[in-house]
Amino acid sequence: MSELLDPAVAERVLARALANGGRFAEVFAERRHGASMSIDESRIEAVQSGAEEGAGVRVVEGGTTYFAHVDGLDPADLERAADEAASALRGERREPRALRALASEPLPIEVRPEDVPPARKAELLRELDQRGRGRGAEVAQFTGSYAEARRQVTVANSDGLLASDDRTRTRVAAQVVARRDGTVETGAETLGAHRGFELLEDDPGLIAEQAAGKALTLLDAGPAPSGSMPVVVGGGFGGVLFHEMTGHGLEADHVQKGASVYVGKLGEQVAQPLLNAYDDGRLPSEWGSDAIDDEGVPTQKTQVIEGGRLVAYLYDHLTAERDGVASTGNGRRESFRHLPIPRMTNTYIAPGESTPEEMIAEVQRGFYAVSFGGGQVDPATGDFVFGVSEGYLIEGGKVTRPCRGATLIGNCLDALAAIDAVGDDFWVKTGICGKGGQRVPVGTGQGHVRVGAMTVGGTER
Amino acid sequence: MSAELSTVAQRAVEAALAAGAGAAEAYASRESGREVRVHGGEVESLSAATQTGVGVRAWNGRRVGYAYGTDLNEAGVGEIAARAAAAAEVADEDEFAAPPAPAEIEAIGGLSDPGLASASAEQVAELALAVERTALAADSRIAGVEQAVYADSADRVAIASSAGVAGEFETSTCFAYLQALAEGDGARETGLGFGLGRGPGDLDPEAIGAEGAERALSMIGAVKPQSRACPVVLDPTVAASFAGLIGGGLGAGAVQRGRSPFAERLGEELASAAFVLHDDGRDPAGANSAPFDGEGVPRRRTALVEGGRLRAFLYDSYTANRGNAASTGSAARSGYRSLPSVAASNLVVAPGDLNLDGLLAEAGEGVYVTDVAGLHSGVNPVTGVFSVGASGRAIRAGALAEPQREFTIAGDLVSLLGAVRAAGSEPRWVPFGGSVSTPPLLIAEMAISGS
Repeated sequence: MSELLDPAVAERVLARALANGGRFAEVFAERRHGASMSIDESRIEAVQSGAEEGAGVRVVEGGTTYFAHVDGLDPADLERAADEAASALRGERREPRALRALASEPLPIEVRPEDVPPARKAELLRELDQRGRGRGAEVAQFTGSYAEARRQVTVANSDGLLASDDRTRTRVAAQVVARRDGTVETGAETLGAHRGFELLEDDPGLIAEQAAGKALTLLDAGPAPSGSMPVVVGGGFGGVLFHEMTGHGLEADHVQKGASVYVGKLGEQVAQPLLNAYDDGRLPSEWGSDAIDDEGVPTQKTQVIEGGRLVAYLYDHLTAERDGVASTGNGRRESFRHLPIPRMTNTYIAPGESTPEEMIAEVQRGFYAVSFGGGQVDPATGDFVFGVSEGYLIEGGKVTRPCRGATLIGNCLDALAAIDAVGDDFWVKTGICGKGGQRVPVGTGQGHVRVGAMTVGGTER
Repeated sequence: MSAELSTVAQRAVEAALAAGAGAAEAYASRESGREVRVHGGEVESLSAATQTGVGVRAWNGRRVGYAYGTDLNEAGVGEIAARAAAAAEVADEDEFAAPPAPAEIEAIGGLSDPGLASASAEQVAELALAVERTALAADSRIAGVEQAVYADSADRVAIASSAGVAGEFETSTCFAYLQALAEGDGARETGLGFGLGRGPGDLDPEAIGAEGAERALSMIGAVKPQSRACPVVLDPTVAASFAGLIGGGLGAGAVQRGRSPFAERLGEELASAAFVLHDDGRDPAGANSAPFDGEGVPRRRTALVEGGRLRAFLYDSYTANRGNAASTGSAARSGYRSLPSVAASNLVVAPGDLNLDGLLAEAGEGVYVTDVAGLHSGVNPVTGVFSVGASGRAIRAGALAEPQREFTIAGDLVSLLGAVRAAGSEPRWVPFGGSVSTPPLLIAEMAISGS
């Protein structure tokens, strides 16, 4: 595919970056385009677009990375960035290897969003608005948003790698506020993928109805229970549980700094034998997929848990070098203004053999967390917390009533080991993951999963 | 350089008008930042960068569009302005959409520290290394430091509009933090230490390192508390997070659209007299202070909660038009990439009379919360209902006792305002919940969910 950087320019920039020594140098060039709009109070607003381009240059020597970035892709500016990155080094000039282009195809995009007239996108949001409000008079407010983002990247390094990618992501989101007398509840749903406008040809209005359905259901909710109990976690975005409680702790930077509860656990049984889990940057069209990572390494499918055993960490270039292994294609960055660090792509628990009905039927008193607003983990201690956006009480093997305001808390190792059933249903949802001040799109997925015991922090007195 | 930025803004306004906009505003910024990350006595990464861009807001009658970009030569700015004008055609009419009128802008001293630019990369790297060293030397149970970071930014902003708004200012900010790791009782604990200021001279690396070590050490042996309702003392980092959530609910944007727990509560006596909250966009110590906000309206100080009553909401020019009020200078931007929207500048919680020991004694029995997690998912900003993960120390017989973890604190923001029993006497600037200055707060009762 076409490169954003002329290989001759890239070679010159790399040579400048190694002018004062360094064992590794890299230039990452990027052109970003984004457009978005929203609907609120049935009015199209916040219609906006942005275009940025620039490059980041890094030089690595010893344990230190020197990094500089510039706006624009003018060769003179790139060389200036290389000089700046190299300025703190005091060694002998090194020659980068000649570049050879990696054969890699970007993920297919059928309908380029920037070719779709903005009026069509506005029309789509109006449809969402009508569908959401159409769920009933108790739908007090509807907010919808549409966003498209394209990132064209080219990366070249002193090991001779030259690789490019062209990524387009499209996403719509719906948020509903429902009101009955003094009770107010919210519901949200999103649809997104590493795809073009074709993503929205099917039935995007459905998410508006789903968001409204969640908010309306919660109007009948009671307080959430408190205490330790079995928790059945829903499929799709329920996978954020695994993302937080295990995925982050497997990122090699945390592991190498001793800031992960999974340090020294490779090869050990960390979960029951029914559990298999992956990080897969190659899932077709998924939100967290790319052809290559942001260091030019082709993305891959990495099994991280096999039969309950921990079998792999997630690596970028530098952490892989340190452990003497190959990068797993998990070196990602928010933009050319950021350094790559080990990040998840699409992380999921593979389908198991239980049905959601069976899992629930076996629970005498427990909690059913259908979806989360999000979650957070401290990888070093393993303490995590999740806000439940849609949850129900389970009594006598049956889902009995919706609950509001529940939070799940616990420790990664305990909760992972307590997963005692994995569902045969499976799907992936979109997430935005933050780490080290960088936000990247990630997919989270699973079928229903049951955790034998977990603390539910509720509001019930 | 500075003339250049205001020229870019001016040129962008003219280009938007030429592209058919009825009115236009341009916000240009240049951020020069650097960041040093250290680990194990070595510099792990050293980054330096400048980013410059412009964002253009165009009005077509009562329709608004926005576009931004980094290509600042004449053709590039013209293209950005044209995109903004085109975006306005897609938006629906909104009767309250109008460009803000110009107002007298008064400069503020002390927003920028010349010492920042003169500190070399080696000097700031040494600062971060000193933070790490102090933590490592604090105690044999400190197993390491996940990372110690120093970062700074020198920013220049210029704004111009067809209505006659014109202004420019410069600020500098810097901070350092670390995440210390302590080991004991077969578990690992983390502790955050941080400091912030206008320049590296404002940072005390020893104090930052010691704070991280102390916080991590104090958590060794933590257990789950009993589920119950009890008095809670929020340390300044936690109090700041809650102040930020309350400040978010006081933005007129959320209020007017019925998405705030404080909507229709103006003037009501819903807070305890012990809780006094201001938004102060002009205090030189506040990281978000500036002579004017994201649309050129002068920043000011606004009493939000005082004498137990909800005194005011925060307005930008749009919400002011809509609410028949005056802008409080609360149009926030996160750089040139974002449309202005209502947000607090610096939130200031007024200190009270009791020091921390006094607050703990007053609490008697309860929990001292030093960390909360999951704020972005555990708080419903529309209803104000929250349930978030927490850790801290038990309070027994009016003093700190054993560490506690893996519990949640739950409630709602409006009730929380009423439940503040006392504010501590020692406030601190905290970069959580936005930019907040707050002392610790004693809450009469909160729901704790543990074992």
